[in-house]
Amino acid sequence: MDGGRFIKEFTKGLWSDIPPFRFVLGLCPTLACTTTVRDGFGMGMCLTFVLVCSNILISLLRKVIPDQVRIACFIVVVATFVIIVELTTQAFFYPLYMALGIFIPLIVVNCIPLGRAEAFAKKNPVFYSLADGLGMGIGYTMSLTSLAIFREIFGKGTFLYHHIMWSGFEPFAFLQKPPGAFVCLGLMLGLMNLIGGGKK
Amino acid sequence: MEQEVWSFSDYLLLIVSGVLVNNILLIRFLGNCPFLGVSKRMDTAVGMTFGVIFVLTCVGPITWFVEHYLLVPFDIVYLETLAFILTIAVFVQLVEFVIKKMSPALYRGLGIYLPLITTNCCILGTCFYNIRFKFGFIPTIIFSFASALGFGLALIIMAGIRERFHYARIPKCFQDTSIGLITAGLIGLSFYAFAGLAK
Repeated sequence: MDGGRFIKEFTKGLWSDIPPFRFVLGLCPTLACTTTVRDGFGMGMCLTFVLVCSNILISLLRKVIPDQVRIACFIVVVATFVIIVELTTQAFFYPLYMALGIFIPLIVVNCIPLGRAEAFAKKNPVFYSLADGLGMGIGYTMSLTSLAIFREIFGKGTFLYHHIMWSGFEPFAFLQKPPGAFVCLGLMLGLMNLIGGGKK
Repeated sequence: MEQEVWSFSDYLLLIVSGVLVNNILLIRFLGNCPFLGVSKRMDTAVGMTFGVIFVLTCVGPITWFVEHYLLVPFDIVYLETLAFILTIAVFVQLVEFVIKKMSPALYRGLGIYLPLITTNCCILGTCFYNIRFKFGFIPTIIFSFASALGFGLALIIMAGIRERFHYARIPKCFQDTSIGLITAGLIGLSFYAFAGLAK
């Protein structure tokens, strides 16, 4: 085990390969669950849990799973953890469960857990897969939260449901609507390319 | 599952709602990954559209049967997610085998999109909506078809616009996906004008 490589796999998810900006996967929750900071952060945490657990399990099973049916196996593993998340949020975080609604079960077809399983966990040891899953999950949470902060503060004038803007502030309701999500994410992606770009 | 009687205009409203008012891509945000992935060229967009329409119209009723005749009687509704994704994966795999044997020409056109369709959230999402909205059997078929049609409509509009990107001078950092998302937002804005036609 190599601590340096652990750090490397962990930090690549935080900036240089941060989803969903660097590779455009898992867009649906990014657009749908970022109207408020709570939803964005909650969605990110759900995905982080699923990603870490599925990465560990798939990495443990990587010598057992036959190559021809690997996608089906990955889907079953991911779906199992998604059901765990679904039941847990329903039991302990009911308002969040109601707000995210259909997007919690849809983590199954979110391309990030499947993509990481295919690209990383199926050929790397458990320890590094854990680092990869954790880094990617936290990176995804950061992206969702930052988008949600922008959309909630300017679209609603609130932060975590507390009013923070001055009294005469007129919120840009457009940002809370579905088209606003697309435009917002597009602008943010452009900004990310401008700051950290030059990879291409 | 007793259903109230649906009249013709109810079905019509369901179609209008699925295709235009609550467009699955632009208003409900399902299936965005293939939306940006395959909309760079018109022919791939058309291929994907037909694939989705075919698969979704078949899978919607199948998952409805799975829910009401398998999961509910045995009281294992919490396994819904797993059951649905497996149903979809198996169905897509079967279709792939059948098409490969029966019609190689169609396979060449549609084959590469079929694996992508398994992980397309608009398929699984529509199946969930069919259950959550408590639709009967016929509305399930209609809604699945309308959703797929809405997906195809948005995808083809997008592909038509994206083909013109070659002629525009876009700042370097906004190229490709970034400008694609902003375009999607503008298309979504125009779809928003249909709000109020149906609920």
